[in-house]
Parts: sequence; structure tokens; C-alpha cells
Amino acid sequence: MTLTLLDWLVMFVYFGFVLGVGFALKRHVKTSKDFFQAGRSIPAWICGLAFLSANLGAQEIIGMGASGAKYGIATSHFYWIGAIPAMVFVGIFMMPFYYGSRARSVPEYLRLRFDEKTRGFNAISFALMTVFSSGISMYAMARLIQVLHLFDNPFQSLGIGPQYIFHICVIASALIVLAYIFLGGLTSAIYNEVLQFFLIVAGFLPLVYLGLKNVGGWKGLQQALPVSFTHSWKGLGDPSTNPLGVEAFSLAMGLGFVLSFGYWCTDFLVVQRAMAADSMSAARRTPLIAAIPKMLFPFLVVLPGLIALAVPPQATVPPSAVVEKAGAQPHAGLIPYKVEETTGRIKRDKNGKPELDYDLAVPVLLLHYFPTGILGLGLTALLASFMSGMAGNVTAFNTVWTYDIYQAYIKKNATDAHYLWMGRMATVFGITASVLAAYVATQFNNIMDILQLVFAFVNAPLFATFLLGMFWKRATGHGAFLGLFSGTLAAALHHGLTLPAGASPGVKGGWMGMLHAYPSEMAQNFWTAIFAWTVCFVVTILVSFLTTPRKDSELAGLVYSLTDRPREETTPWYLRPATLAIIVLCMTLLLNIVFY
Amino acid sequence: MGLDIRLPIGLMFGILGMLLAGYGLLGDRSVYERSLGMNINLIWGTVLILFSALLLFLGSRKARPRAGPAPQPGARPRRGD
Repeated sequence: MTLTLLDWLVMFVYFGFVLGVGFALKRHVKTSKDFFQAGRSIPAWICGLAFLSANLGAQEIIGMGASGAKYGIATSHFYWIGAIPAMVFVGIFMMPFYYGSRARSVPEYLRLRFDEKTRGFNAISFALMTVFSSGISMYAMARLIQVLHLFDNPFQSLGIGPQYIFHICVIASALIVLAYIFLGGLTSAIYNEVLQFFLIVAGFLPLVYLGLKNVGGWKGLQQALPVSFTHSWKGLGDPSTNPLGVEAFSLAMGLGFVLSFGYWCTDFLVVQRAMAADSMSAARRTPLIAAIPKMLFPFLVVLPGLIALAVPPQATVPPSAVVEKAGAQPHAGLIPYKVEETTGRIKRDKNGKPELDYDLAVPVLLLHYFPTGILGLGLTALLASFMSGMAGNVTAFNTVWTYDIYQAYIKKNATDAHYLWMGRMATVFGITASVLAAYVATQFNNIMDILQLVFAFVNAPLFATFLLGMFWKRATGHGAFLGLFSGTLAAALHHGLTLPAGASPGVKGGWMGMLHAYPSEMAQNFWTAIFAWTVCFVVTILVSFLTTPRKDSELAGLVYSLTDRPREETTPWYLRPATLAIIVLCMTLLLNIVFY
Repeated sequence: MGLDIRLPIGLMFGILGMLLAGYGLLGDRSVYERSLGMNINLIWGTVLILFSALLLFLGSRKARPRAGPAPQPGARPRRGD
């Protein structure tokens, strides 16, 4: 499969517009508030789509498609029991404290509510995490382009060897994201996220349509795949009867409560989008507006994974220049084998069975169905998803760095112009560090796995801290800090003492001993989160009772019982957060029932 | 904030739609074997052009009553305070 001039034109039109948005916004950025908070002037629907799109990075498009091919429609639990309830909660209950307090970032809320050390812990771990996730996003994109040999021909005609493609992709994507954030700050990132959102939908919708038509619709999928792949709840009574290897309790508690609420309610990457809204009502509506397309996203990102698995073998269409298809295996469809990068040989598991490269499910499907023209659009949609994920991390990084690390610990009383300058420098620095992280990923794949694990430990207990901070005025700073610390420790301990079935001790767990074996990696992850959350919750309460609480007057606007309820009388009833929340929850319930 | 995002997005989809639909009309038709025989460029290009027209209509309609100097950043009152 080679790209034609038309495909390149489509791609360059997109690059032109994302950069153009940055240039057009440059003259509107005058203060640090414009740069870091988009002047708090963005309408709700734009914030909502950006809220969704910032999370729609590589992990989402590639990862959810891969999970779809691996686990089936049960992957939609990440949306229907994971994301949506958490998004409703953050909009209705938590946004009043984020938007209504003087906080400019999530770590800053922790300083206002608790103390400096709790903020420092959160700010530093969050800043590191954003740099590494945007690095991983870049790495994933460059590797994908390399593996699919997409750019080989045009680069060859320019006299550039295929070994440079990885570097060129990393540098080019970094420069584009750098340019538009440097110029227009958060507004530019948000506007481009909206553009990227529409582009992702425009690129993937025809893919799902063609794929479904080819396999005979949902009915055809049901016939082609095992029963467990087309039911999200059936078989969840016991880990052995569903492809996820989890049971309903750990799914609801681990994924639905701890992990999803931890991410959607406390991660500044998404919360920052809502905090840029032009009013309290708009800020509260942001996650609710985002929830409506979000609940339909499984059809856009998970379904292609299932389709790739069910596509009937066709002799006429060559599977592109990718790799050998795994067609010999039952239910392997279009999914290619995993190939070792150095030797070019097919990877095999312990039993000698070839492993499948699920991450290629969606890209291969794209190459399978899309002729030139719309292929350019589909690939641009992929690039757009990588860039929006990266930009989300970079804008969150430059804000937390400037407000919560630089202004807090390095230079306290500088002019606003200085912090604006620092924000731009932090953008350059953050992206440079991400590029380095992308290269670290190529060299030491294990180090990245370990780092991601450490961040998972840091994040797992976080929601307990926010829950107690916002809804229990007795919670103290010492309690919060020790709770977070021991929660993180509990996560590490649990991970070190347990192992998923079939894995060997190491990054997967069991590096301290072996107390319990889980049926799957997912089950282990969920239980790690449950343990961390519970320990943090209990320790925070115990330590809080032993330490002196802050005066009520200091906590006004930061704690539920000491804050006036946001007034929504001026908003028409159908736009009020509560109305939207009910609609969103009913629709989600309906989806769960339909795909039971 | 100075720029109505619907206008650039509308413009971009207009250009993309015309590229796709134009190729669908004039270009090589043998490429559609992949897409189950459907001229997907023409179909989807037309959809994108319609979407673009909708965004451009909404964006320009709202701009007219607001003509005049752009509001100062941060000058809008916040209902939440």
C-alpha cells in the first residue's frame, strides 16, 4: 500500500489548519491566565469536546481497538461502567470546588484544602507522568508508521533511508504540537482538540461502516465470534467465564469506582479543560457534554477491533505491506503476528504459539478497507489522535510546572509576564523531555513499563484523598499526605506479592514473593487499585482524627458542607447539570442492557 | 476568545470534502475494490462538505450580532463567583 499525492494533501491540509489555529490565537495571549487557563472564557460545548479529545490519545484509539480484538465488547466497560459515572460525578459534585475555589490547577486545590507537602507530592508526580505519557504517545506513533511502512516510498524518493523515519516522525510531531501550544497556549490546545475530535470521528466512522457492512452487521459479528465477545456482562459472575478474567465485584469496585473516578475526577489533564470554561455552569456541564459522545465511542474505537477479528478471509485484497496475517488461527481475522524488531521473526509465547500484535488491529483495518483519498483521512485521524493526546499532556505539564513547582518553590513573586514566559519555556522543555522519553522507550522498554507501574501506584489512592478532602471537613493535611503515601506503598506491596496467571515474576508482579495468583492481569490491576484506595481512605481518616483540623472559615469554598450550592436558576432547565446527568445515566444504563 | 472555532473547522472539512469528492468524481474507480465496491470518496466527501456548510452557517450566523471590537480577555463576568 503506498500513499498517493491525494493522501499527502489531506494530511498537509490538517497540519496547515492546526498550525493556523495557533497563529490566529497568538495575539490573544497577553497574560498568564490566557496562556494557562484560556482566559476562563471558553463555551461549554468546546470545553466538553476538548475534555473528551485530550483523553483520546494513542492509548485510546490503538489500545481500545486492541482490547476489542482481545476481549470483545466487554472492553466497553471502560466506558459504560468506568468513565461515564465518573464524568457525571466530577461535573455534578466536584467541579464546584475546582472552578469555584481560587485554585488554578488540581495540585493547587490540594494546597488550599490541605497543605504544601500534599500539593508538592501530587504536582511532582503528575508533572513527571505527563512528560512520560506524551513521550510514549510519540513513540507509539513513530513505531506504528515505521511498522506499517507508510512513509517508506516518499522518503526513499527524497533519498532518506527507512531507518530515519522514526526520528523524522518524532521530531515533526513534536515540532507541530510545540508550535501551536507555544503560540496560543491552552486555548490553542483546546481549539485544536475540538478540530481533532471531529477529524477522528470523520476518519473512523466510514471505517466502522464498511467493516460492519462487510461482516454482515452486528448479527454477522455475533455469528463469527464467540458468545463472550459480543456480550459485555454475560459471564461476569466468575473470572473463568469471561475473556477479561475478572468478576463483577472487582470490575465495579476496581475499574468502575477507584480507577475511573481516580482518573476522570482528579487528573488535571482532563479537569483543566473544564476549568477553562466561561462560567461555573459551563464548567459543570463540560464533563456531562463530553459523556454523551464518550458513551458512543466504543462503537468507534472498540468495534473496529472486533471487526478486524471477524473479517472473512479474502484472497483479492492484499493485506498491505504489513506482516503476515494470522489467518491460520481461528478468530484471528486480519490481526498480524507480533514480530521481533531486531530479528524480524515472529514472537512466540511459552508454549510456542505465535503471539498476535493486537495493537495493529485498527491500523491494519484502515489499510484493508480504505482506498486512496479516504485512506489519507483515516491516517490523518490517527495522527490527530496522537497529537491531541500529546498536547493534553503538554498543556497540563506547563501549567503544573509553572504554577505548582516554579512559582511555589523556585521563584515566588515574579511578574505575570515572567510566568507567561516561563509557561512558554516549560512547553519547550516539556516537549524536549517527551522526545527524550520516546527514545528511552526505544532503548529500555522495561523501564517505561516500570515507570508506568509506579505512576499507577501513585494514582490509585488519589481519589480517596479528594473524596475525603471535598466531603469531610475534618480531614487534615497530615492525614491526606500520610494517606496518599501509605496508599501508594500498599499498591506497591500488593503488586509485589501477587502475580497474574501465566506470568513470571518481575514487571508483572511477584517481585517480593508470591502470596496470591490472579486469573488475569486485569484482575490484578483492579485489586491493586482497590487495596491502595482502601488503605489511603482508612489511614487518612485515622491520622485526621489524631491531628488538629483547620478552622471552618478557612475551608469555605473547598469543602461540600461549607460551600453554597451552585445556583442554576439562570440556566434553562434542559441545560442544567442535573438534567444532563440524568439523561447521560439513563442512556448509559440502556447501552449496558442492550449489550448485556 | 476572538476566534469562532467553527469557522476554521468548517473550512478545513470543506477543503477535505472537496478533495475527496473531487477524486471520487474524476479519479480512478478501480481503487474501490477495497471499499466493497462503494465510491467511498464521493460519498464521504459529500458528507464532509455538508458538515462543513453546517459549521460555516452556524459560525457566521453568530458572528454578525457580535460585530465590533472583540471583548477584552477576562472582561466577561463569571456567574460562578
